[in-house]
Amino acid sequence: MTYQEKKSIVSLISTILIFGFYCLYMYPQFPEWKVESTETFRFWGSFVLILMLISIVAHIIISIIFNIVYRITTREIEPKFADELDKLIELKAYRISFFVFIVGFLLAMGSLVIDRPSQAMFIILIASGFLSDLTGSVTKLYHYRKGV
Amino acid sequence: MGSTLVSNHIRKLRFNHDEMTQQQLADRVGVTRQTIVALEKGNYSPSLELAFRIARAFNLPLEEVFFYGENT
Repeated sequence: MTYQEKKSIVSLISTILIFGFYCLYMYPQFPEWKVESTETFRFWGSFVLILMLISIVAHIIISIIFNIVYRITTREIEPKFADELDKLIELKAYRISFFVFIVGFLLAMGSLVIDRPSQAMFIILIASGFLSDLTGSVTKLYHYRKGV
Repeated sequence: MGSTLVSNHIRKLRFNHDEMTQQQLADRVGVTRQTIVALEKGNYSPSLELAFRIARAFNLPLEEVFFYGENT
């Protein structure tokens, strides 16, 4: 398995773990469904901001650890640049990720149209962000394994 | 997805050129080893520029390194 394939798998697993553990940690603080207050909006605002911050930091740390482990186990130096194949795969992954997020965004707006609580909108938005991240990693893995 | 119609003799040519490794060829043409692996497997058709760079690395004309599907 090549560096890029392993990196995609690590990214996939770390995305699931970071999101999963963060949701589990925040679950007890979830506001009630019936209550619509400024506290609800504050909760979801901070939920998204903290999640973004944590996932950026965690991804950087995981990436550093992965590179160290990869270098020790394979005695190969990781590629220092992205060539045309990497950029093509990256573009395809972005396109699918973007599509998934837009579908989620439309569903979130749709939930407001059919008078669902604002919390449903936030949950759909956050879930679509998570799914788009996931599909991006899966797309990369697929193209690195099966070709472009 | 997968195999493309553009095939190549890269693997054979590497061995004919002092058993050049995939990494050595990758370094010479400015791509990662992964890209050379994908090219040899037929999972990726290179850009015209990269195809020329690879042909130049072997000192051969383009059509002696790459060929279109019906010649397979």
